[in-house]
Amino acid sequence: MARKIRVLVAKAGLDGHDRGAKVVASAMRDAGFEVIYTGLHQTPEMIVQAAVQEDVDAVALSILSGAHMTLFPRVLQLMREKGIADVLLTGGGIIPKEDMAALKQSGVGELFGPGTTTSAIIDYIRGAVRAEAGSAR
Amino acid sequence: MANAARTETAEAERPATRDLSRAPENGAPPQLFETLSGIPVQPLYTPGDVKPGLEERLGQPGQFPFTRGLHPEMYRTRLWTMRQFAGFGSAEHTNQRFHYLLAQGMTGLSTAFDMPTLMGYDADHAMALGEVGREGVAISSLEDMEILFRGIPLDQVTTSMTINAPAVVLLAMYVAVAEEQGIPPEKLGGTVQADMLKEFIAQKEWICPPRPSVKICVDMIEWCAQHMPRWNSISISGYHIREAGATAVQELAFTIADGIGYVEECRKRGMDVDAFAPRLSFFWDVHNDFFEEIAKFRAGRRIWAKLMRDRFGAKNPRSWQLRTHAQTAGVSLTAQQPLNNVARVAIQALAAVLGGTQSLHTNSMDETLALPTEEAATVALRTQQIVAYETGVTNVVDPFAGSYFLESLTDRMEEEAMNYIRRIDEMGGIIQAVERGFPQKEIADSAYRFQMQVERGQRTIVGVNRFSGDEEVSIPVLKIDPEIERRQIERVRAVRSKRDAARFGTAMAALRDACMSDRNLVPFVFDAVRAYATLGEISDVFREAFGVYREPAVF
Repeated sequence: MARKIRVLVAKAGLDGHDRGAKVVASAMRDAGFEVIYTGLHQTPEMIVQAAVQEDVDAVALSILSGAHMTLFPRVLQLMREKGIADVLLTGGGIIPKEDMAALKQSGVGELFGPGTTTSAIIDYIRGAVRAEAGSAR
Repeated sequence: MANAARTETAEAERPATRDLSRAPENGAPPQLFETLSGIPVQPLYTPGDVKPGLEERLGQPGQFPFTRGLHPEMYRTRLWTMRQFAGFGSAEHTNQRFHYLLAQGMTGLSTAFDMPTLMGYDADHAMALGEVGREGVAISSLEDMEILFRGIPLDQVTTSMTINAPAVVLLAMYVAVAEEQGIPPEKLGGTVQADMLKEFIAQKEWICPPRPSVKICVDMIEWCAQHMPRWNSISISGYHIREAGATAVQELAFTIADGIGYVEECRKRGMDVDAFAPRLSFFWDVHNDFFEEIAKFRAGRRIWAKLMRDRFGAKNPRSWQLRTHAQTAGVSLTAQQPLNNVARVAIQALAAVLGGTQSLHTNSMDETLALPTEEAATVALRTQQIVAYETGVTNVVDPFAGSYFLESLTDRMEEEAMNYIRRIDEMGGIIQAVERGFPQKEIADSAYRFQMQVERGQRTIVGVNRFSGDEEVSIPVLKIDPEIERRQIERVRAVRSKRDAARFGTAMAALRDACMSDRNLVPFVFDAVRAYATLGEISDVFREAFGVYREPAVF
């Protein structure tokens, strides 16, 4: 049997808006993923360390504080430094379209805004993780 | 904003077997005949749906149990305060926005602080990286506060400050700015939110664990009762509880349970209930379910009046009154088709007014995208001016009273909220319930249930899961200059280097000692602030004395 997809749902920075992160985490769990939720107020270092320790397939970062242009690049950089550049970095929050485009250009995966269905997120992660597993073989 | 829900790949890859059906055909009625709280709604209400004793449950407007409102003539005598929440960037930027909004006819100030300020960090702290001025105004020291209120006579406006964990610091800064203007604390009118229980339940901005956090809130209630007779020392807030996913019933129940918690803590300190209860204030969310929202405001006033008179023995009728601010529901707004949000806000504002609110913030259409632009904030203010001056709803007090449906719904909300309040009492009170994570879990479950209803098409969100056109409507959004962070860091460092070091050291040592005692901390924080101790430095004293809080990560 294929290993379950493991996802780290992470809240970075000072942002306390955890409604979306918890709803997405619950939906992923119900879809059969193994979900690790970091809890609030994590630094990029703490998040990447957790991603390494938990051997996850994807990091899903939730940011609604406007600090996305600082925190996404920092997490991505640390993931590369720690040798987990193959792990998908995705996420969501209040992120303007231009910023989403710039972040994707830099190597971040799909970013999801308000109104997204949990099934769209789950389908995307499943597809992206399988594609990565395929390319690794 | 990209709408990931509508991307081609997501749709194409969805397995056919998954039971996440699309929303029904346009033209079909909504699927759930129930309120947003899940209360079933009949097709028709008749006199038989209203229990006997209605007149007693209603009372007269301005009289116990205040179901019909706090004042005999309500808005005929005085309109609600139009109080638009504002704050972004630096103190200079927000000061300009305040002057602009006052010039547009706003009648009270309301300050939004940035995340570092809310969490008790100065702009140059490592945790503040990338967050300075983004979600509100950055305030690190008294110098920022002096700039924020420059040119605004503080005895002629009332000011609300949405600040909780470091609320005592911002209250002290506000009083200090007023002193510099020659205005004593007893002349100041306004509100400091300072409701830590709802932080642990919902908004999640804290410094210390629940018990010392509540202790500091009670210090403020006590100090303000003695020195600031026009000041609301707390705003017991349902807003954040609702935004985090609670139903209207849960918002009502957990907020009033928080209120009970503060009253009990004050009484443990030996305070007379009538000495502080008249300055307790509340804050409701106003969501889309029109009748349920009106019923919530009415039920809330009735529950509080009965609790204060009968459970806590308050004698002063002002202690029985649930005075409230209201804000339209940010969480109900959509990033898709953002102009539609103007309509949502108008309907929600109308519900708040028909519910009898004392003050109101109407959200801007662009708040799911960024902090509001000046244009969007103006439309939001104009929306409540239209409700106030054009619709005629202000002419008659509590016009829905006697409606079979609305009275039945008001009673039902009271019953369901009281059921929760009894369960919380059985747990030993709200502080214990919060420490056990009870309201947090109830709210997370409600949020998930709602999202699943939306995804199954049982709940309609216009422009998102129904009536979603393909064209993307884009509106201008506010940009925060990254330079603000650098300048704010420079300013706070300059404050630290130029202040009177001896005065600072004495004040901080006294504050540290006071934290180790049962003494009221407010006067010590005042001295520290006047000595230009920064928000982060004072919060660090709290961290050392009381420890830091880490929430168990559950979902």
